[in-house]
Amino acid sequence: MSRYLLKRTIMSIITLWTIVTITFFLMHSIPGDPFRKEGKMPVSVYENLLKKYGLDRPLSEQYVIYLKNLLKGDFGDSMKSKVETVNDMIRRGFPVSAYLGLEALLIALVFGPALGALAALYQNKLPDYISMIIAIIGISVPSFIMGTVLIQFVAKNVSWIPIGGWGEFRHTILPAIALSLMPLAYMARLMRSSMLEVLNQDYIKTATSKGISKSAVILKHAVRNAILPIISVLGTLISNLLVGSFVIEKIFGIPGLGKFFVQSINNRDYTLIMGTTIFYAIILIVLLLLVDVAYIFIDPRIKLTKEGR
Amino acid sequence: MEKLLEVKNLSVSFKTFFGEVEAVRNINFHVGKSETVAIVGESGCGKSVTANSIMQLLPMPPAFFKSGEIIFNGENLLKKTNKEMQSIRGNEISMVFQDPMTSLNPTMKIGKQIVEGLVKHRKLSSSEAKEKAIEMLNLVAVPQPEKRVNQYPHEFSGGMRQRVMIALAMVSNPRLLIADEPTTALDVTVQAQILELMKEIQKKLDMSIILITHDLGVVAEMSDRVIVMYAGQILEEGTSDEIFTDPKHPYTKKLLSSVPRLDMSRNEPLFSIEGTPPDLYIPPKGCSFYDRCDNAMKICKDNMPDFDRHNNTHRSRCWLNHSMAQSTEGSEV
Repeated sequence: MSRYLLKRTIMSIITLWTIVTITFFLMHSIPGDPFRKEGKMPVSVYENLLKKYGLDRPLSEQYVIYLKNLLKGDFGDSMKSKVETVNDMIRRGFPVSAYLGLEALLIALVFGPALGALAALYQNKLPDYISMIIAIIGISVPSFIMGTVLIQFVAKNVSWIPIGGWGEFRHTILPAIALSLMPLAYMARLMRSSMLEVLNQDYIKTATSKGISKSAVILKHAVRNAILPIISVLGTLISNLLVGSFVIEKIFGIPGLGKFFVQSINNRDYTLIMGTTIFYAIILIVLLLLVDVAYIFIDPRIKLTKEGR
Repeated sequence: MEKLLEVKNLSVSFKTFFGEVEAVRNINFHVGKSETVAIVGESGCGKSVTANSIMQLLPMPPAFFKSGEIIFNGENLLKKTNKEMQSIRGNEISMVFQDPMTSLNPTMKIGKQIVEGLVKHRKLSSSEAKEKAIEMLNLVAVPQPEKRVNQYPHEFSGGMRQRVMIALAMVSNPRLLIADEPTTALDVTVQAQILELMKEIQKKLDMSIILITHDLGVVAEMSDRVIVMYAGQILEEGTSDEIFTDPKHPYTKKLLSSVPRLDMSRNEPLFSIEGTPPDLYIPPKGCSFYDRCDNAMKICKDNMPDFDRHNNTHRSRCWLNHSMAQSTEGSEV
């Protein structure tokens, strides 16, 4: 197990380095730079700015300098924000986004698989139709529409739910719901199809033939096996939720991480682009590793082979 | 002999998009105490539906009981509620399924699967349950039961898994075991072991067995009596001796001749019954075997004969049994 983890960690570092390299050179290949847009700027000032941030040096040299700083855990100064470093921005935005994301994840995890299982148990009956209507709405209605609809119909009518802002738990309710709908719907659909498959398996009949109750058959035999596909998508799903959503944070006025992903590219804020990308990649890689490890414990058929160990 | 199970006028149908499929049509049979009764017939003849009906394991809908009674131990199972059936399943009646590779839950330990039903029926503690699971694995001759009890199905071979299935079915000392093609998925040597094991345990626990199979070799090995089913109906019933040495129904005769024999020459083609069973969407009015029978007569087309009793145990339904048919045997179509 520890050898497996070590091997995976080394592979993760290689993956991360590849991401850093590709992003770095792709980013510099986009036309424009962080300062050219800023109105009529004297050429000397512009050149001084480039010099200050080291952008006047050859690209390969910039790359080496960046990698050196990165090894120290330093994402550098933001080229747009005059007061914050990239590390500061992530440190400030991530807890907000992660808090919201975890809340949304909780909602999705509680209701998504349950709706899917319910739909499978009552296939082609009313609960199935209701669940799948919710799922289709969740998948097809974009979050910015869901967000505004929630503001219009919930926040406007329920006095203690604010239309936006950040600070207390009640601020998180609507954005968390809006954020949770897509993963919730996705999990519901996934659970429904895998549950339908499992319910047709022979071992469900065996379980019934033992004389245990229907709920025991479903909970102990069906759900445990049907949940496996959901585990495998959790890695990507959770990492997407944790780093925040530009749209939701914009609509509800939440000071999260999401906006940096979009702003950094519009501003050609090189260090911020790199910082957010690398940060997201790290979260994704770690979560994917956790999912793989979780699989070993959940599905007894998956064992580390000699080569993998 | 005292009757443990009696099936009376049982008809089971499936509602489908295209209409009703009459899978089992008005069958009557009984199983005595500590007796082994085999139900034989080709695929789709209603053997498994019959077995699953007794346990009420058929998905309903689409399946439904059209008529009949299943009397077990003096009580009609078809009148029982879901809860009452749960206390009978895995307790007084157990079932062994056809495919050991898919009949065990891949994410649950073997031991737990074996005793799960018993824990519910007898309210065992977890240590008692584990002890019982080890005892059962021992009984079905799984080596190293203390270690095996904590393993998962994928760590067992097919034959070992079927032993586990048998342990699972026998753990509660059921009075009736329904074995639905228990050896079909196993290779021949393992098959013999499993059958031997079932016989042994039957003697020890004194239970009745309904053996569903299309393998006549297995039937000869195991059963006291044989029921021959075709297209949802029983065509002949008798003791094993009677069925194997003196079959009365043309279908039984053909079934027996389709068993390949070792003394047959290599060049001789294997015998098979030509044609296919009738479509049970629209069951034939007359004898269901009419289309494939060499001895078919005019009367067979539109009239299904009743059972004729040849003696106390042997009965069959064929117009050839009729006194007027003797002269026409084998001629007219």
